[in-house]
Amino acid sequence: MTYSPHTDADRATMLAAIGVASVDELFDDIPASVRAGGWDVPPPLAEQEVRAELARLARRNRIPEVSFLGAGVYRHLVPAVVGEVIGRPEFATAYTPYQPEVSQGTLQSIYEFQSLICELTGMEVATASHYDGATATAEAALMACRLTRRDRIAVSAGVSPDTRRVLATYCSGPGIEIVTVPIDLSQGGTGTTDPAVAAAALGSDAACLVAAQPNFHGQIEPMRDLAEVAHAAGAQLVAVVEPTSLSILEAPGAYGADIVAAEGQPLGIPASFGGPFVGLMAARMGSVRQMPGRLVGATRDVEGRRGYVLTLQAREQHIRREKAASNICTNQALMALAATTYLAAVGPSGLREVAELSITQARHLVTALESAGLARRRFGGSYFAEVTVTVPDAARRHAALVEQGIVAGHLAERDEPDLRDTLLLATTELTTDDDIDRLVEALAATR
Amino acid sequence: MSYPDDAVYSREHEWVRADGDLATVGITSFAADELGDIVYVELPEVGSVLTQFATFGVIESVKAVSDLYAPVSGNVVEVNDALRDAPELLNSDPFGEGWILRVELSDPGQLDTLLSAAAYAAETN
Amino acid sequence: MSVADAPGVHDPSGRGSAFSGATGGTSESVVEPLVFERSRPGRRAVRFPAASERARAAAIGQPVVPEFARRAAAPGLPELSELELLRHYNRLAHLNQAIDLNFYPLGSCTMKYNPKVNEWAAALPGLADSHPFDPEPLAQGSLELMWLLAELLEDISGFCAVSLQPAAGAHGELTGMLMTRAFHRDNGEGEQRRKVLVPDSAHGTNPATATMVGYETVTIPSNQRGGIDLGALRGALGPDVAALMITNPSTLGIFEDQIDQVVAAVREAGAIAYMDGANLNAILGRFRPGAAGFDVMHFNLHKTFSTPHGGGGPGAGPVGVGERLEPYLPAPIPVLAEGDPAEVRANAWAGRSTPGARFALDADRPRSIGKVRSCHGNFGMFVRAYTYIRSNGGPGLRTISEDAVLAANYLRVRLRDAYDLPYDRPNKHEVVFSGRRQKREHGVSTLDIAKAVLDHGMHPPTIYFPLIVEEAMLIEPTETESLETLDRFVSVMHDIAGQVAADPDSVRRAPVTTPVGRLDEAAAARRPDLRWAHDGDEETASPA
Repeated sequence: MTYSPHTDADRATMLAAIGVASVDELFDDIPASVRAGGWDVPPPLAEQEVRAELARLARRNRIPEVSFLGAGVYRHLVPAVVGEVIGRPEFATAYTPYQPEVSQGTLQSIYEFQSLICELTGMEVATASHYDGATATAEAALMACRLTRRDRIAVSAGVSPDTRRVLATYCSGPGIEIVTVPIDLSQGGTGTTDPAVAAAALGSDAACLVAAQPNFHGQIEPMRDLAEVAHAAGAQLVAVVEPTSLSILEAPGAYGADIVAAEGQPLGIPASFGGPFVGLMAARMGSVRQMPGRLVGATRDVEGRRGYVLTLQAREQHIRREKAASNICTNQALMALAATTYLAAVGPSGLREVAELSITQARHLVTALESAGLARRRFGGSYFAEVTVTVPDAARRHAALVEQGIVAGHLAERDEPDLRDTLLLATTELTTDDDIDRLVEALAATR
Repeated sequence: MSYPDDAVYSREHEWVRADGDLATVGITSFAADELGDIVYVELPEVGSVLTQFATFGVIESVKAVSDLYAPVSGNVVEVNDALRDAPELLNSDPFGEGWILRVELSDPGQLDTLLSAAAYAAETN
Repeated sequence: MSVADAPGVHDPSGRGSAFSGATGGTSESVVEPLVFERSRPGRRAVRFPAASERARAAAIGQPVVPEFARRAAAPGLPELSELELLRHYNRLAHLNQAIDLNFYPLGSCTMKYNPKVNEWAAALPGLADSHPFDPEPLAQGSLELMWLLAELLEDISGFCAVSLQPAAGAHGELTGMLMTRAFHRDNGEGEQRRKVLVPDSAHGTNPATATMVGYETVTIPSNQRGGIDLGALRGALGPDVAALMITNPSTLGIFEDQIDQVVAAVREAGAIAYMDGANLNAILGRFRPGAAGFDVMHFNLHKTFSTPHGGGGPGAGPVGVGERLEPYLPAPIPVLAEGDPAEVRANAWAGRSTPGARFALDADRPRSIGKVRSCHGNFGMFVRAYTYIRSNGGPGLRTISEDAVLAANYLRVRLRDAYDLPYDRPNKHEVVFSGRRQKREHGVSTLDIAKAVLDHGMHPPTIYFPLIVEEAMLIEPTETESLETLDRFVSVMHDIAGQVAADPDSVRRAPVTTPVGRLDEAAAARRPDLRWAHDGDEETASPA
């Protein structure tokens, strides 16, 4: 089926007006040697048929009954009101607000988003959003290179492997060198970035230190100390944060972060096998002209009414072309709207409850595993709502549990060979006591 | 359009008003009109060196961006800080309060390579 | 603005006047207050359960979040009831123009109808709740969908492989240019090939992308007929050229009728032929870039394949490649690890799963440029695009392009007496007019004309793009607009042309029926106000 409204009579009317006998004539400018022959695209489906096909694929997935998987993507409650708002066609089927007079809904919601991200991060300015946390981090690192006019960056090994892979790809473009700041991953190690090791990696010519709070292993990093060593080296601190944690953890703006990047998925966006998500980026006002991506600003209309427009556009590719700070064109407006609605729906106390519940269940989980003699924490120090535990024979047992529909977190050795026999377990406000019991029982049964 | 006779002009739409070895540089009203509402100027630092016909800064309007080309070579001795807060001066008074910088000319002979007001007016017509 | 002049009575909570904000006030009127201004301390929309006794007891003894890492004050998020929140965003929604409301002929953006069954599919819990790092045995449906979509995109484009990772068209361009660089590097020509050729009609993303990869952009002029100047292209090609990036059909809506020679010249020079696929909606079933010799192209799922534009994203920008660039694709890619591809396809086309088939993510690709995005890309967009392609099927896709081209040509002939048509020749899915006559004769700019369109309830065309057309208006009707809608647009554009001649001042005052009038963009850029800030905010410095 197609969504074309044209009847044969309509088409005849248009062909006659154009003055051609058939639509084929309108394709005569395609050189004969490269005109398409056949293709293998299957025949059309009616709505009931296409629904059956998509339902088949959805059924082929097995959504686990119990899952402690996070590793950068978290299962949180998505309040019904969030789905309602982003499902509105006035938001979903509009495009980039090039005509502000008929785009105030989108523009104001982005201004609210920028404001909310500033509130969360304690920074002065936030962009209208990026593709995801990883590309926001990569763009933040490139921005630090522009600001410092340096072409080497230091990245903590506590930044998620997925993000570090994207960072490496982005840096390969302009030829920026990446130095990894190793962290102690041994049993009983700190699991955090050592400021002295970071200082050595930074040397005197690095543009930035990229560090995550909490880090990929769930550990709480000494961000203030990391900011100090970065600044002492004339470098910027790029803080990669988890947004729900900011209801409890210190705002990056308060510990001296120069640029903040984050994956916004935990703010009301489903896991959806990895996207669409939304990247957050915030910085100091003094750096705004080096920020990539869209910005919305407040102004007034001809009658003095408050209104919003895309602003500082001369930084962007459609005006600056080859001299632009980035090639980024769209933001992730609809996902930014989801995050905006989520933050307004939960408010300051709700966001705190989300974080506290997640934290409590993480500790409940560790206690339950330890007291059953199944696992012990890998690292010292403190953690947030994700925790790395050592479990003998982890790979086999992880696989055995998958067959029962239980995902015992992320098998850490997949990304980090030094982390054999460890699991990275995430809890959120949706983690129940029963989930913890079932994980403990199932793990015990694989001994 | 007519242009002040006490200045000379470059084809990149900058003007120069010399007073001995010191010269004041700005953009012409033609350039300002072409750009539209100017919102930002990236100014060089005092002490930096301009090379004739090389870029020395960037000027942005709401929907355009343009490089600034030095009409003469020399050391920058002063920049118009008022433009940081009020870039609109470039639109409202390009030959006066909207001046951009002053240089110490390294080769006053370069002035002779530039256009007179009448010649510039003819070029932009 | 922001706080200082925000209206409202003083708030006894001491959180600043903006928190109590209301409409009206002496200094500024407000169409809809900010969500912050609707906030009242103590209100909630969503509540969460308390941790159980047992959980709390079990947590005791575990390390707490240390004091040094704790935040001093809660973030200043707004507090609203669910109904207040919903009304706020519903009111904002009413301020937007959208495809679902009216005609939206924004050239180069392909604002076609976004079918609702696509949304139904993307929201299926089995897909929406699928975690990107779920072990492969649990994610066979997601992986099969990605594999099938890639297969279909290959069929459509004639490329031999596709990566779904890029999150937008510009992101696909970046991916393509990184692959280009890796290819030349492996051929020992990485140092020598430094230039990317881009026609002057190109989207700004093309040169910006080239810069991100460290390439120098060389602009190639268009010829009198709106195509790339083949002589200039041949003159620019040489051993220092890495790639040509070309949009086809071009941003003028014109198919490059010498595209065979263009591709041959680029390949002969040892360069990569990159096609910007932004305008693929015009040529489905008529031109397959991979089969025509292009090395790489990005798709815009949000244009050609009907995923919603979302007010500026999310999009998705998969890239298709020919054999030369296949080894460099971003990893991992979904593969059929066990099973016969032909059988799996045939079954899927018949709505059946294939027993014994196993899908996996192949990360073992040593020459890959790496990852360009976390996880696997904008999966929710893949679901929609797959649904759309299967709904239309091969014949439907062909009809889409025919009808899109028919509609654009119809507008060309219906509007050419009212506005200048710089390239009067059959076009593809979009057509560019110029408002230069109106500007010259009546002092009414294309911007004014666009604003007048708003007063007729329609969205205006893209204006001032492509840059090579003075006072450009780029009109893309798409295939989903009825003849009555097209006729109504024609009559609106004629009415405006008449109004320009009869009463130019009234056009310069437009729009007058929109929620706000023309906005002071210069003031917004000169003194940026990029965030709301309440009085006495101690956590953050206030912006300049």
